[in-house]
Amino acid sequence: MIEIEDVTKIYEGTAVVDRVTLTIQPHTICAVVGTSGSGKTTLVRMINKLVEPSSGAIRIDGVDIAGIPAFQLRRRIGYAIQGLGLFPHRTVGQNIATVPKLLGWNRGRIRDRVEELLDLFGLDPEEFRDRMPHELSGGQQQRVGVARALAAGPNILLMDEPFGALDPLIRAKAQEDLLTIQRRFGTTIMLVTHDMNEAIHLGDTIAVMDKGRLLQAAPPRTIIADPATPFVAELIGTAERPFRLLSLARVSDHAEPGQATGEPIDADRSLRDAYAELLWSGRAAAPVRRNGDIVGRISLDQLARLAARPR
Amino acid sequence: MSVVRTAKAAGRPNWLVFDKLGVLIGVIAAAGVMLPFALFRANRIVAGEGRGLAEALPSVVSAVLIGALVIGFMGALFRVAPSVKLVAGVLALIGLAISIGWSARYLTPPEDTLARVSPAGGFWLLVLAFALLVADALIRLRPGPWLRITALVTVGVAVALLLWSGTWDDLSILREYANRAPAFWQEARAHLVLAFGSVAMAAFVGVPIGVLCHKLQAFRTVVLNGLNIVQTIPSIALFGLLIAPLAWVAANVPGAAALGISGIGTAPAMVALFAYSLLPLVSNTVVGLQAVPASAVDAAKGMGMSGSQRFFGIELPLAFPVILTGIRIVLVQNIGLATIAALIGGGGFGVFVFQGIGQTAMDLVLLGTVPTVALSFAAAVVLDALVELSSVRRRR
Ligand SMILES: Nc1ncnc2c1ncn2[C@@H]1O[C@H](COP(=O)(O)OP(=O)(O)O)[C@@H](O)[C@H]1O
Ligand SMILES: [Mg+2]
Repeated sequence: MIEIEDVTKIYEGTAVVDRVTLTIQPHTICAVVGTSGSGKTTLVRMINKLVEPSSGAIRIDGVDIAGIPAFQLRRRIGYAIQGLGLFPHRTVGQNIATVPKLLGWNRGRIRDRVEELLDLFGLDPEEFRDRMPHELSGGQQQRVGVARALAAGPNILLMDEPFGALDPLIRAKAQEDLLTIQRRFGTTIMLVTHDMNEAIHLGDTIAVMDKGRLLQAAPPRTIIADPATPFVAELIGTAERPFRLLSLARVSDHAEPGQATGEPIDADRSLRDAYAELLWSGRAAAPVRRNGDIVGRISLDQLARLAARPR
Repeated sequence: MSVVRTAKAAGRPNWLVFDKLGVLIGVIAAAGVMLPFALFRANRIVAGEGRGLAEALPSVVSAVLIGALVIGFMGALFRVAPSVKLVAGVLALIGLAISIGWSARYLTPPEDTLARVSPAGGFWLLVLAFALLVADALIRLRPGPWLRITALVTVGVAVALLLWSGTWDDLSILREYANRAPAFWQEARAHLVLAFGSVAMAAFVGVPIGVLCHKLQAFRTVVLNGLNIVQTIPSIALFGLLIAPLAWVAANVPGAAALGISGIGTAPAMVALFAYSLLPLVSNTVVGLQAVPASAVDAAKGMGMSGSQRFFGIELPLAFPVILTGIRIVLVQNIGLATIAALIGGGGFGVFVFQGIGQTAMDLVLLGTVPTVALSFAAAVVLDALVELSSVRRRR
């Protein structure tokens, strides 16, 4: 658990982070969104002490980080940034091994861990371990960056616009990978993004920042349904709200008993995908398929109800 | 190849097309053949008489040399593969190197120790022409760093063999050498100590200053401006400027004189060369460190690397090729500048240059110049290769 309590950071007389209080539950993803310059980066960098707060306190699992030496704290917290910061003169394997080496793991253990992580990210260890970063594609470099952040098995992962430089297809894949890994390891993730879609897709909680203030921190559903300020509403985009709501739930959660004709929809797709499919194929309902069996149907009527503002 | 070239070549075999640089090389070589090949003088300071290719060598030898030159000439003129050009150029150069020594032996009357034979304009033009050919071929072949070092070592060994075999013993420059071999090696050592010692000292001081400049903005402006001013002082003036303060130090600081510090001699030369080396080293260190990707340094910090782990593990290795480039610049510069040290009694190859100028003995001037040029050239090749080797693994 990360507890940020009344934290302020002042640069040259202006509070770039202004009395922010935010709690991030263990094993969840908190997506920090906001326009550029709103203080997102400064906020996450205070958690691994790359920036010292001007006032306020930050606790990790109940312990005030002010009392923990910076280098110790940082070795326990994964850190992945935009532009990745891979070391260009070190191989992929050496890059990933950075923190385990700092922690003094033995060679065999480091080797095994590097291999495990490369496998996990779909990079063949034989092929990639000894490559230099510049010999990889952008998507591969990004995976190495996240693998490196996770190398020592940290409980907490800080990510500052980690997918910013990727093109949409690779970006979607990287987001899926992140969700898979987060579920597998139960890592607590604080992820900075300026992309509301990404925040809604990945975040269990979305924290909206503007001019250093935390405007709202809530689950995506609440943020969409009940934006705390006009700015938050604007950030979500008023015209987008119903579709964003639909994108939060899966077909399997709302399949109803009954029959329908035509091509079935997979149960683990989002409601938004189902809605698009129904509109596009001109049907009022479609069968829902799970593991090859038809388990029910999903209809336009029902989607319309689910897309309406919750009350 | 470009469309234009292929269109021109239509109807003719590709190799029969003239090479533009080749034509220039051909013209230089042709002029070289016309001009005197060797210069004969009855003693070391009288004016010489030129001897053409035909008179300077026994007829068989000049025929063989002309054969080698023709091969080089054709290699230059026609558009053949660079490797063929390289072989042709090297053959011509080998022919020239052996025959100039032969010519000296042939032209010197037996038992005559006063007569001098030296290479004349024609020889130098021919060497220039085929050196151009070899250089052009090498540029086109793009040899890797190891290959370039190997080539340099090969040339070095070949020259050593020619020297050892006595092929060049009758050339005037080697006669000058024979007369002062101990002095030659002593000045050689002085020259190396001046050039390498000053660079080593400057690296020892300059790189840390560069690091400080990188870390402290205010310090950087002051230091770089100061060093810029030093760099603009002409070298002789700087040597001269140092005489008074060092003489004062020698006279007033106990023990300084015992350490070899005095107004003239090695100390001011060393200090001047050191001063000239600082700016390139400091600024290359700063530039190299600034070019280190900020995200890499930030990531290193965020992963819990300590300041020294970051510096020695990330920043310094990434800046190293640029710092090494700075060392290359000052080393080549100081090998040349060290010649001037002779003016203030600092020794080095400059001693022969200035003695030679004083006695109007060109051979003596050459005895100082040729090793200096060879040394700078070798240093440049080796350090360029090292720079490339140190950056090759991270090239984008
Ligand atoms: N080290 C610093 N010194 C002075 N101002 C800073 C520093 N770091 C960030 N800022 C300022 O703080 C504000 C917030 O920056 P940042 O946290 O990077 O925003 P975001 O990540 O949301 O784009 C910006 O106006 C930025 O210029
Ligand atoms: Mg930012």
